[in-house]
Amino acid sequence: MSVLVVNEWVDFNTLKELLDTTDGNLASHLKALEEKQFVKMKKQFIGRKPRTSYQVTETGRSLFTLHIEALENLFSNQ
Amino acid sequence: MDTNTKKIEDLKDIKSMMERSSRFLSLSGLSGISAGIFALIGGFIAYFIMDMGKIKYDEHFYLLQPLPFENVLLPLLILGSSVLILALGSALFFSMRKARKQGMSLWGHTTRRLLTHLFIPLITGGFFILILIDSNDVTLVASATLIFYGLALVNAGKYTFGEVHYLGISEIILGILAGIFVHYGLVFWVLGFGVLHIVYGSVMYFRYER
Repeated sequence: MSVLVVNEWVDFNTLKELLDTTDGNLASHLKALEEKQFVKMKKQFIGRKPRTSYQVTETGRSLFTLHIEALENLFSNQ
Repeated sequence: MDTNTKKIEDLKDIKSMMERSSRFLSLSGLSGISAGIFALIGGFIAYFIMDMGKIKYDEHFYLLQPLPFENVLLPLLILGSSVLILALGSALFFSMRKARKQGMSLWGHTTRRLLTHLFIPLITGGFFILILIDSNDVTLVASATLIFYGLALVNAGKYTFGEVHYLGISEIILGILAGIFVHYGLVFWVLGFGVLHIVYGSVMYFRYER
């Protein structure tokens, strides 16, 4: 989510490299996020190679912002 | 207390991931310092080239006569290109070194984005300056180089360290002053490409790499 909120579209391989995770792990997380409609997916062809990219949805963005705010609030409350 | 440490860690991770995915972080302050040094040396050499071409300055580096540029144009262009190549070369060298230290690869989508945003104003400026030289109106060349370079830096600043943005603004200001005080072109050039690079390069080096 951190990556998606500061970039327009991010492709699968870039995400994989940044998060240092496996194909399967990343794919299942992205699928879960997509089902909840927090991210949307776009499939393109670069020449002959398929490229899948992801973008955060407005819902996903608002929830992520709430998440950050929650982290910040509980921190200063102590 | 432990949950709070975890929350701080989470926030740090989020921020770090945001930066890593959107900004080119292998730019080294040392590139700025070395570019500045090359520019200062270039400035001295330029002064001597002008002197040998019988173009005089007073003790404040105020250009004493209008520029009959033909006899010094070629040496100055060669000097300018050499300084540029050396500066870019050292920037590449120090960035490679920093990327290796960070365990990151130098090329990536952040690199591509940075270079695109940097080169559009820069190449535009290059063509504009050639137009100026071609029309024999060289009084504004120093001003134009500083302004276009500054615009390029401001444009690229969003995609690398924020200091680059402020360096860009400073270069624009110097460029405008160089347009007003055209006889001090060499002074503004040395300040903009030499001194400012050393200053900002040092700030970046001590802030991020030491």
